[in-house]
Amino acid sequence: MVAFRFHQYQVVGRALPTPGDEHPKIYRMKLWATNEVRAKSKFWYFLRKLKKVKKSNGQVLAINEIFERNPTTIKNYGIWLRYQSRTGYHNMYKEYRDTTLNGAVEQMYNEMASRHRVRSPCIQIIKTATVHFKLCKRDNTKQFHNAKIKFPLVYRKVRPPTRKLKTTFKASRPNLLM
Amino acid sequence: MPFKRFVEIGRVALVNYGKDYGRLVVIVDVVDQNRALVDAPDMIRCQMNFKRLSLTDIKIDIKRVPKKATLIKAMEEADVKTKWENSSWGKKLIVQKRRAALNDFDRFKVMIAKIKRGGAIRQELAKLKKASTA
Repeated sequence: MVAFRFHQYQVVGRALPTPGDEHPKIYRMKLWATNEVRAKSKFWYFLRKLKKVKKSNGQVLAINEIFERNPTTIKNYGIWLRYQSRTGYHNMYKEYRDTTLNGAVEQMYNEMASRHRVRSPCIQIIKTATVHFKLCKRDNTKQFHNAKIKFPLVYRKVRPPTRKLKTTFKASRPNLLM
Repeated sequence: MPFKRFVEIGRVALVNYGKDYGRLVVIVDVVDQNRALVDAPDMIRCQMNFKRLSLTDIKIDIKRVPKKATLIKAMEEADVKTKWENSSWGKKLIVQKRRAALNDFDRFKVMIAKIKRGGAIRQELAKLKKASTA
């Protein structure tokens, strides 16, 4: 598959042990970032908002990338997110059909950018889950829950198989039907 | 004109762009409006955009997302390979491949053969002309 822009990481961290607290609580977070460095930064951003700990008095214990377990089956992903629009923060629930969670998250970022002009730094993913097809809410995903799905490809733009064979002018009208 | 080739589970398609160019694959499931889950006996199941696929007339009988062994068996039963190679589209592709794989000596042989064939056609034509004027 194409390389994903967003990878899923599991970051585990805690506050540094102090004389007052020998064994501080360890926190684990699953988040999406483009690379590991950004993942650690995001981890501290969220943890700062939840607990009284910062990067300067904390330590990351582990950071692992999480890969898709079954990239060959199609799943319905529901993504709950919180985003900042020009006028304030809003919550949203979106559904996507994809084979991998990273793919669905990437779809989400692209869709938020195109439909709502929300850039990726302004999006926080609250929760993601694979949704059983009976529990899907959006008609857009439910229309593909058909074991006998059948539709024609209506407008076929024929592409040259390599960019080298691309020409500006063509001798004859292309056949758009198949 | 109604549509004859549909995107459906079991439709055989030809990849016309990208890394798997020229490969025959079977549409095994539909992800969404633009992408299908696609499988072939010699590759891992992956998703492909419809823009990369050209649908063919061949369709095999499978259920949604079959196991690899089931898919191979269904393809054998429907005899996809011979149907493809006997179709005019498939034949054209085979000829194209052969022509692209010729070396210089083969091209020389083709040139000689074409000249011979042209000569034979012209002889026949001359005979027919003489017969019609005489």
